[in-house]
Amino acid sequence: MWSVHFATQHLNASGSTWLSETKISRRLSTMSWTAPPIVSVVPSRALVDEKIKVVVENLPPGSPVTLHSLHHSEDKDYWEAYGHYFSDHRGMVSVAEDLSFGGTYTGKEAMGLLWSMRPVPGSRQGLRLRKKDVCSPMLVNISVHSGHIAEGFRQRPPLASALIERWYMAPGVQRISIKERGVQGTLFIPPGPGPFPGLLDLWGGSGGLVEYRSSLMASHGFTSLALDYLSTDYEDPPFSSVEKAFAILKGHPQVIPDRVGIFGLSFGSILAIFFAAESATVKPFCCVCVNGNHIYPPGKSFKGMNQELLKNFNKVRVDENNHQIWRDMGRAIFHTPSNKLDVGKINCPMLLVNGVDDQNWPTVESSEDMADRMNAAGKGHLLTRLEYPDTGHLIEPPFSPHFRATNFTGWATKEKVILLWGGQTKPHSDAQEDSWRKILAFLQHHLYSSLTPKAKM
Amino acid sequence: MASVQSYTFGCIILHVLTYQLFYLSAQSRMDRGHCCVKLSVKPSRGLMDEKFIVLVQNVPPGFQLTIHALHKCEDGHSWEAFAHYTANAAGTVNVSEDPSLGGTFSGVEQMGLLWSLRPVPGSKPALRMRKENVQTPMEVAISGYQGHQTEGFTDQVQLAGTVVERWYMAPGVRRVPITEGGLTATLFLPPGPGPFPGLLDLWGGGGKLVEYRAALLASHGFASLALDYLTPKITIETGKMVDNSYFETAYRVLEQHPQILGSRIAMLGLSFGTSITLKMAVYSKVMKLRCAVSISGSHVQPIHGSVEQMLNAFNENASKIRINEENQVICRDLTLPIPTEPALKVDVGRLQCPLLLVVGEDDQNWAAYEAAMDIKDMMERAGNSHLLTILSYPNAGHLIEPPYTPHVRASAYRSVNTHEKIVALWGGETVAHSRAQEDAWRKTLVFLREHLYGGRNPGATSLSHL
Repeated sequence: MWSVHFATQHLNASGSTWLSETKISRRLSTMSWTAPPIVSVVPSRALVDEKIKVVVENLPPGSPVTLHSLHHSEDKDYWEAYGHYFSDHRGMVSVAEDLSFGGTYTGKEAMGLLWSMRPVPGSRQGLRLRKKDVCSPMLVNISVHSGHIAEGFRQRPPLASALIERWYMAPGVQRISIKERGVQGTLFIPPGPGPFPGLLDLWGGSGGLVEYRSSLMASHGFTSLALDYLSTDYEDPPFSSVEKAFAILKGHPQVIPDRVGIFGLSFGSILAIFFAAESATVKPFCCVCVNGNHIYPPGKSFKGMNQELLKNFNKVRVDENNHQIWRDMGRAIFHTPSNKLDVGKINCPMLLVNGVDDQNWPTVESSEDMADRMNAAGKGHLLTRLEYPDTGHLIEPPFSPHFRATNFTGWATKEKVILLWGGQTKPHSDAQEDSWRKILAFLQHHLYSSLTPKAKM
Repeated sequence: MASVQSYTFGCIILHVLTYQLFYLSAQSRMDRGHCCVKLSVKPSRGLMDEKFIVLVQNVPPGFQLTIHALHKCEDGHSWEAFAHYTANAAGTVNVSEDPSLGGTFSGVEQMGLLWSLRPVPGSKPALRMRKENVQTPMEVAISGYQGHQTEGFTDQVQLAGTVVERWYMAPGVRRVPITEGGLTATLFLPPGPGPFPGLLDLWGGGGKLVEYRAALLASHGFASLALDYLTPKITIETGKMVDNSYFETAYRVLEQHPQILGSRIAMLGLSFGTSITLKMAVYSKVMKLRCAVSISGSHVQPIHGSVEQMLNAFNENASKIRINEENQVICRDLTLPIPTEPALKVDVGRLQCPLLLVVGEDDQNWAAYEAAMDIKDMMERAGNSHLLTILSYPNAGHLIEPPYTPHVRASAYRSVNTHEKIVALWGGETVAHSRAQEDAWRKTLVFLREHLYGGRNPGATSLSHL
């Protein structure tokens, strides 16, 4: 009989030993001459946007098995995913080639064990998985269980398991805390002599210092500054904060001064568009705008924007789960013609990435309006729009779980609510994978390839 | 007033000049193309036996490029490798597809930047690269330089560079020091509930507790015990060498471990470790090995002797040791000629488990090839040669180790036997030896997988990612 107790610990500071306490009683003697299956995952250490190949061998041929992934987050919640497979005549399952017939994902999904993760039954509500410490990896346990099971994974021992590391930072990337000129942020510098193109990384209106996208961009060769634009000494956050941060980037010895772009999501996108259109001093070389747009009451401060939102707060609906849908509030603001940034003044390439099922902001309608206005001004050639069906507001780096609704503490009201972001898991995950590749190609093209090497080399 | 004006004017000039200088320096940085060249290595974190792809992009077509690898060892010495390439029409260089035109290796060699590493000019002679701390990765800096360079890399400006981590331990592998039964050993357990097949891992005459191969084997699913049998704590403290029961104790530790399958234990030895492996495989009443691997060793030994007696037998034949013109010591004649007397070589005709022999035909330290031929002969006459597999590599030397670490033809050595510091000639030619390491490792893993995991279940021996 088995009795197994797993207690997991994160990697210790020096890096490599994962301690697992197990109390295992001796196997039944009839089983002692059978070797267990082997789970192998290649690569076992990878960046979060790199694919993995999960293979199980030494199973009995033609046997139903469940592949399971488990992650213990920094917030101490458990996340899991699983798929139902059949081994072939050699006793092998290959997740990249075989199909899953049930579980949190189905079909041929090499990365399903990662993107379809969700909090285990009994978890707190409205959770979101976001890595805070980017200097350590996300640890995921991949195991194989006998039969097609859908629950109780942690109460029964797997047949075999492997551990993988998912990193937001490549080796050699430097992480530097920035606290100057009234700005709070973290700078990530790629390995190598430099200088590199720069990126200002702007997240949404809930604030905070979110580093993981910047560290990932630095791992792809861009000196990236993650900015907490609401936490600043200036009276008019985020504007002066963004201006100063942009200047810090431009002036940094590891940044090519005229190759600095902006990567924004949600309110961060609104900021990107604001600066690209209206600013005389902040001139991004190109912008990536995820689910954010040109809706902004002109001349208004951030506080003023909040007041505008509060005025229209009565348009906020709730769904059957009491999750707040802000889309119509945004629509109301959008329908005031003066609440639009003058996008006809934009002079740099823009990549807009939108989710058609975005329940938080009317991103698709507004991006259509933005396209019309840019076309009218003869700037249509600068714009690329990607619109993904059944995709929600939080379009993040690939293979991370989809969150349809999560906890949110408003900056205006300080209330704790659950916001509906939208999207269905599979299409949303496809959108994350597809858009990430296209975002990297866009930034690579404009910030790297447009630098032509000199012929004399 | 005038002075204020001139001061202000001066400030403006200063600002303009500073701006121009800054702009010019950025421009010249761009002109030199530093900013646009991209160098990437995938995967950036890998196991020691995994391949990687080094890619350089965004250089002009036809550009001459040197790719350089630099590693600083735990002992402070630096090792480097480099190769010369010409970029294709798309302005890229892919080390796994394009030929090196010269450097520390030539031709298409995906992993050449690792296996051709050698001490930087000016280093101490006779160095060998061996990782002591297996819980941290080997870090290698890979960079690109303009032109076909051969030296002075540290004085030059790189075009681009990155850092790669190479690990002996996969995530989740557990390292457990073992002192029970008077052993000096380290057990490496694969991740997961187990139970796992076990393996006893023995190195050679230099002694010490060498962990890296056992750590790597555990990363492939074998619970492996690295055993120090020449310089264990008990020998250091009492001055006495261990006897054969020490190995049987190590076997018992594996057999009785709750996470190890007692009926699936193998033994793997290199050099003098082979002598022990063959002896125990044939004569031990306690060890029931499922299979054995012997690398660069011999069955020639006083069969009823303990470790000490085996070492003494070598001392007695010391006159057979030769020294070449470079003052390197050649020990291969110590076990030649292969004796015909039964008491002087392990009776491999009595072996009951599969045996994999790995030998380098240019082994200058042990007559491993000759021993392999004699073993084959003995087993054919005894009728158990179906258990034997021989991997014999032309131009490979003595130290056939896990792949993608540098080959050294000779290095400083101090045998526990003689306590003399010498430079031992191991043999082998770098390219052939490196290929032998890669091939032998893969085949060793397949052999171990088949015999330790296979049996009751149909064979599952695919290691396609290696």
